[in-house]
Amino acid sequence: MRDVSSHARVFALIAAFALFSAVCPPPASRADGKLRIMTATTDLASLAQEIGGDRVDVESIARGYQDPHFVEAKPSFLLKLRHADLLIVVGLELEIGWLPPLISQSTNPKIQVGAPGYFDASRFAKILEIPTGQVTRAEGDVHPLGNPHYWLDPENGLRIAKGIQNKLSEMRPGDAAYFAQRYDSFEHRLKEADEKWLAEMKPYAGRKVVTYHRSWPNFAEHFHLDVVGYVEPRPGIPPSPQHTVELIGQMKRDGVKVILVEPYFDLKTPNAIARDTGAKVVVLMPSVGGEKEITDYFKLFDYDIDKLKQAFDTTK
Amino acid sequence: MKRFAALLALLLLSSMAHAQNAPSVPDKRDIPAANMEETRMRALEERVRALADEVAALRRELKTLRDTKSSEPAPGSHLLLASARIEPGMLPSNATSTSAASVAPEANPAPPAAQIAQTQTYGGATSNAKLLNPDISLIGDFIGTAGRNTVSPSRSLELHESEVGLQAIIDPYARADAFISFGETGVNVEEGYVTFTSLPAGLLLKVGKMRAEFGKVNTIHNHALPFIDRPLVTNNLVGGEDGIDDAGISLSRFLPAPKNWFLQGTAQVYRGDSDDVFQALRRQDLSVVGHIRAYRDLGESTNLDLGVSYARGHNTAGSTTLNPENFLTNLYSADATLRWKPLRRAIYHSFLLRNEFFWSARDQLSPLNIFQTQHAFGLYSDAEYRVNRRWTLGGRFDRSGRATNASLTDTGFSGILTYWPSEFSQIRGQYRYGHLWDVPNDRFTNANEFLFQFLFVMGAHGAHPF
Repeated sequence: MRDVSSHARVFALIAAFALFSAVCPPPASRADGKLRIMTATTDLASLAQEIGGDRVDVESIARGYQDPHFVEAKPSFLLKLRHADLLIVVGLELEIGWLPPLISQSTNPKIQVGAPGYFDASRFAKILEIPTGQVTRAEGDVHPLGNPHYWLDPENGLRIAKGIQNKLSEMRPGDAAYFAQRYDSFEHRLKEADEKWLAEMKPYAGRKVVTYHRSWPNFAEHFHLDVVGYVEPRPGIPPSPQHTVELIGQMKRDGVKVILVEPYFDLKTPNAIARDTGAKVVVLMPSVGGEKEITDYFKLFDYDIDKLKQAFDTTK
Repeated sequence: MKRFAALLALLLLSSMAHAQNAPSVPDKRDIPAANMEETRMRALEERVRALADEVAALRRELKTLRDTKSSEPAPGSHLLLASARIEPGMLPSNATSTSAASVAPEANPAPPAAQIAQTQTYGGATSNAKLLNPDISLIGDFIGTAGRNTVSPSRSLELHESEVGLQAIIDPYARADAFISFGETGVNVEEGYVTFTSLPAGLLLKVGKMRAEFGKVNTIHNHALPFIDRPLVTNNLVGGEDGIDDAGISLSRFLPAPKNWFLQGTAQVYRGDSDDVFQALRRQDLSVVGHIRAYRDLGESTNLDLGVSYARGHNTAGSTTLNPENFLTNLYSADATLRWKPLRRAIYHSFLLRNEFFWSARDQLSPLNIFQTQHAFGLYSDAEYRVNRRWTLGGRFDRSGRATNASLTDTGFSGILTYWPSEFSQIRGQYRYGHLWDVPNDRFTNANEFLFQFLFVMGAHGAHPF
């Protein structure tokens, strides 16, 4: 007798669950007709906002002051991802530690890898530091597809924006003209701003700097900085005493006076190096939202260039 | 794109025209020299073949272009030319990057160049032949034990487990994950399941062998645990190291929840064979697992994760009786986790406090062969604090009755210290004390042990469990 009831219960449970699922279907798309865009990082959110204007709702998963390699796959992100029409990711395995489970658990077919709503921004950008030859983790947490911090070059910002414009126009052909106009305006403003930034940075061209992590190759290339060393002995490996001593020697030899640190790294080692070499530690923001006043992609460069200028001026 | 289509059409037409002309040639002119005509025919044939090849090549190119269409600027529009100028792996000289700052819209984008740039950018260092291989990883788990434990002694040194993980996206609708564990005693498919990610009504379906959604610790793989061993309660009430890990079907869904809450329900049906906890003697002896998870962010750094679970299946007690179907085990659990991780210092500091409670109701025969149900209770409480980027301190308290004899309660506690040389290796030491019931001697004994563990990860960078 008992097993009949057990069997019945199993099926009752399944039936109840199926019924429950059927009676509360996922909420339909929003009444205001805005495209819902989720991005992995705040920079991509800012670019998407520039192009999408008031026709889109954009939200980023990571915060600007957070290390984008180590975001937690919190279930609260699932709630946002499941209604998204478009997911924009940095790619190049930057989000490999947290995004794949979020995507597969989101139960949102639109944003699965390869679906039309999955947008890998790295496909549009100029990528640096693509390793050639053998790639092993003896070099630390290397990104075999290239350095994923590529958004820190305004030209790449423009390229990604173009990609986003095409994608949005494809998803909302009716608004294509609007997106094109937004892109043109963005392009115009960004070029104007970039000319200003380049002019501001021109006196410091070729200055040698040390950075904590390899977050700045695109930035350094665009603004003609010379990154000669890293506080981390290898990407993703915490500073070691031996490497720090070597770095101090190198900085003294090369006359390096500025150490750039991302906001999510501990300042203890950089400060110690600075004391020994007379260099200045600058906390530079790699992303929009790293500080309250950095509200968009333009302000990100405004802020960083301002900080750099101050540092270079005081460390002649 | 249009130009290509036009070109393609032209080529197709011309090749067709050639094909039609070919047979008509000998009709028009009567050439006595047959071999001369043959040569001509051969030449024409070759031409047709060459053209066909060309068309095929163009078609392929068109296809690649279409695949990367979104990335490729539409002709005529204002064009950034990013893709056309990209030269991955090459650092352009300063001159080019300055001029690039004023990205002037160029009139004539060259699509083929863009295409090459695309593949270069994306292909990077990977060879094409490997692109469709699954992500492969191997996690080695080496454990050493010293000290005294007469109740559940483990080996002094062992490569406890080598877990091979194979993960891939199967098709646009599913992904699959397989974890094959090579232990000291044999090979075991720890998990192997397909997840259907694109189902209607927000359903998530998993089919295969998997760790059941029964509480928290049951879902976590050995190498991802914050301790070397499993809590006492897992061994006493939930069937040993593997816990509820069986072949079955799992269906889960987000449930409507109050604002800022995340609610998820999971229903699973398994064959009913899981270590010592469930046993299916007959086909209908299925086991079921139900789980509800509630989660809430208490701020950007702090969050609360709650769960209740239920499992039911046939147990091993009845296997010698005439009516084995009457012997069931019902398991209930409740778990609560509080996490704190400041976003600006996420890699340096974090704190986790987790409590899990288990109730087991197991039907069995008493020593006097009377049908009875043993109601046992167990719990563990675990705290971890990340001191800096490399060190984590942890502690765990254990208390659990035994499923077959609830009056015997084992108690224990552990202190755990973990060191991470990098993200891909881990060295851990654990001191473990246990006040355990010694069955053969019919008394409680004390166990004092020191365990150490080396974990190493090869291959694909797996996601961090949350």
